[in-house]
Amino acid sequence: MLIDFINKIRRHFEKGGKLEKLKSTFDAFSTFLYVPNKVTSRGSHIRDNIDMKRTMAIVVLALMPALIFGMWNVGYQHFLATGAVKTIWQNFAYGFIQVFPIIVVSYVSGLATEFIFAQIRGHEVNEGFLVTGMLIPLIVPVEIPLWMVAVATVFAVIIGKEVFGGTGMNILNPALTARAFLFFAYPSEMSGLKVWIEGLKDGINIIDGFSGETILAQAASGNTNFVNGAGEAYTTSDMFLGFIPGSIGETSTLAILIGAAILLYTGIGSWKIMFSVFAGGYLMGLILNLFAVNPFMEISAGQHLIIGGFAFGAVFMATDPVTAAQTEKGKFIYGFLTGILAILIRVLNPAYPEGMMLAILLMNVFSPLIDHYVIEANIKKRLKRVKSGT
Amino acid sequence: MSEVIKIRKGSDIKLKGKAEKIFIRPGPAELYAVKPTDFHNLIPRLTVKVDSYVKAGTPLFYDKYHPEVYLTSPVSGHVTAVNRGERRQILEVVIKADAEIEYETFDMGDPSRMSIKEIKDNLLKSGLWATIRQRPYDVIANPEDMPKAIFISAFDTAPLAPDYDFVVKGCEADFKQGIEALSKLTVGKVHININDEYPASQVFTQSMNVQINRFRGPHPTGNIGIQIHHIDPINKGDIVWYVSPQDVITIGRLFNKGIYDASKVIALAGSEVLKPRYYKIVGGTSIKNMIENNITDGNNRFISGNVLTGTRIESDGFVGYYDSQITVIPEGDHYELLGWAMPGLKKYSVSRSYWSWLFSNSEYRLDTNLNGGLRAFVVTGQYEKVFPMDIYPVQLIKAILVKDIDLMEKLGIYEVAPEDFALCEFVCTSKIDVQNIVREGLDYMIKEM
Repeated sequence: MLIDFINKIRRHFEKGGKLEKLKSTFDAFSTFLYVPNKVTSRGSHIRDNIDMKRTMAIVVLALMPALIFGMWNVGYQHFLATGAVKTIWQNFAYGFIQVFPIIVVSYVSGLATEFIFAQIRGHEVNEGFLVTGMLIPLIVPVEIPLWMVAVATVFAVIIGKEVFGGTGMNILNPALTARAFLFFAYPSEMSGLKVWIEGLKDGINIIDGFSGETILAQAASGNTNFVNGAGEAYTTSDMFLGFIPGSIGETSTLAILIGAAILLYTGIGSWKIMFSVFAGGYLMGLILNLFAVNPFMEISAGQHLIIGGFAFGAVFMATDPVTAAQTEKGKFIYGFLTGILAILIRVLNPAYPEGMMLAILLMNVFSPLIDHYVIEANIKKRLKRVKSGT
Repeated sequence: MSEVIKIRKGSDIKLKGKAEKIFIRPGPAELYAVKPTDFHNLIPRLTVKVDSYVKAGTPLFYDKYHPEVYLTSPVSGHVTAVNRGERRQILEVVIKADAEIEYETFDMGDPSRMSIKEIKDNLLKSGLWATIRQRPYDVIANPEDMPKAIFISAFDTAPLAPDYDFVVKGCEADFKQGIEALSKLTVGKVHININDEYPASQVFTQSMNVQINRFRGPHPTGNIGIQIHHIDPINKGDIVWYVSPQDVITIGRLFNKGIYDASKVIALAGSEVLKPRYYKIVGGTSIKNMIENNITDGNNRFISGNVLTGTRIESDGFVGYYDSQITVIPEGDHYELLGWAMPGLKKYSVSRSYWSWLFSNSEYRLDTNLNGGLRAFVVTGQYEKVFPMDIYPVQLIKAILVKDIDLMEKLGIYEVAPEDFALCEFVCTSKIDVQNIVREGLDYMIKEM
């Protein structure tokens, strides 16, 4: 049995053993393979079966629909640009070949950094990166160079997380930190007309005049009769189902909602945050419609929610429990403001027609403040109780 | 009839091995013990030695800081051992019982005609003072205090907990007398809190001079702390006392018969008990007789109390002073290949992250495996779902961890006890020892105040 082997070599990693320095690496692998035999020693004698590994595994599972659709869409968009007609499987296979290396690079570079830090600090390797490592590939354009993925991931793990003390202590969402880093350090690789569809940059076999603009880019340039690269009009269901160019995992609102359903049903994602982000975004859309002076502001509020990174951010990014507001009331405020800011920045920021990333990062910074006031209100209530003598 | 207080937050953990409502009188146990560790913050000073002869009601030890608070022997016989642990801390004072119990005699009479001092003296001398505990801090009440109210929770919602309506059968007179005595010890009311979901025993509902409060909801609704919070919350400077229903009966018997009769009923429950039943015993008894030929083979954990808050004991250990339940569950010292990744049809979780929700009505056989490793706080909103107080549990725990007294006070530490956090500890994804942190916080407050 494998477990006998693990137990046999365990002593080398214990204190005083030959490989003592690699203890957290050993622990990470052995607990990954086997749930340890550790029993409760104080407090409650029984414990819920949920643990960090299970939680993170569920989130990764919830990301699968978006990932699988994203892979297919990479192929679909590519062949749309080349004019070739392919089957579902050919589209998927093409996308898989493009996307899989990005996932591998993200996990390898991120986990290596995590293991090194766990080793230096002498604590167990945290599972948080299992999710971050999957999120990063889903929020980058398919044409991103692999070395950039590696650099951004390492940056996000170190500056976004480890300098604050590791998983659970960070202020900014690590995956968005990676994306923000890429966005500000390599803007030409993260925006423009050519990065969203595989093959456009090289320009080989591309149909003449094919444009790789995203819907948001079209809206920003004042064109709200959204069309694909070949000039055919998008329907609302195209946008909802995700047959549009964009970051790998963000295009299909349907796939994202399947993920949301998994997160909500298992009780791992917060419905309060998801709901209020959508509510805030919708409301801001309506307000902009009211004061519309340009075509971008006239986009219907509902449409805002299914284009760009809004839905993906609302379901998978804003809900990160560590960086979101932690009080239940605070979650409503945090989510609502995130939604409002995302649409506000998206429409009114002239430089870049998307606001979800910046809105969430901004609200990450403000969430401790929101919590502070929610808790302060609770404290005041308690003090009032003393004064009123009840 | 008062309004029903409905509590929505919380969770009932359905475990296998609920005690069937049959009374068993086990054969007389040989050994009995009083465990100083049952009384938090009490530093015992022994008044007996090994081989001393004691009667039921003879003092065994007293509290160093409150020398008037004695703990007395539940049976007559010889002290056979004083078991000590680390740094010579006294763990158990063991008594080998006589065949026939001899009793010390105490004052008898109607408490309504006695003065407060007489009642207190009688309780202190007989060792029954320790049955009265206080909030804040969850320790034995200070005899010099006059609490603003006394609370009695007449139901227990913990997993496999005994049904007090069944347990108190036939104890009307003693319960009434006990309430009579307690009602003189407070400036306010005596509250009896009953479960609205079932018709409560007349022993409770027909009590005189009390306020009856009705509750409805999942565990921890039966916890005294939750009930106090919803009826008459504790502010800084307030003191409330609480007593368990069986201890009220013991107090009543003291005034009715003039003796310390430690008889009580416990539920022997848990998935590893072959015939889970109710046992009529004398407090502090060894559980040896009850579990003999009555548990499954294999590595089991014996718990005095319930699975969330109880104390681990040995297979020949003793029933805890405040406990009305013995639970036996399997130890979980096994490895499981990729356990965290399996569907987990039989794995219980308050979340729906394992597929056991497919069979939501089944009872579970849970073991003591930690099911994971210690992590930093990551998941939020988890504690709040099972913590029915207007208090922010995670923030309070963090305040305790940084030892910020001012903040602890503001966040409501006076209202809580470790047991109120037991479900938080159960559901915690990060496997944080929440109850222990709360206990340390309370101890820190006691030390600093």
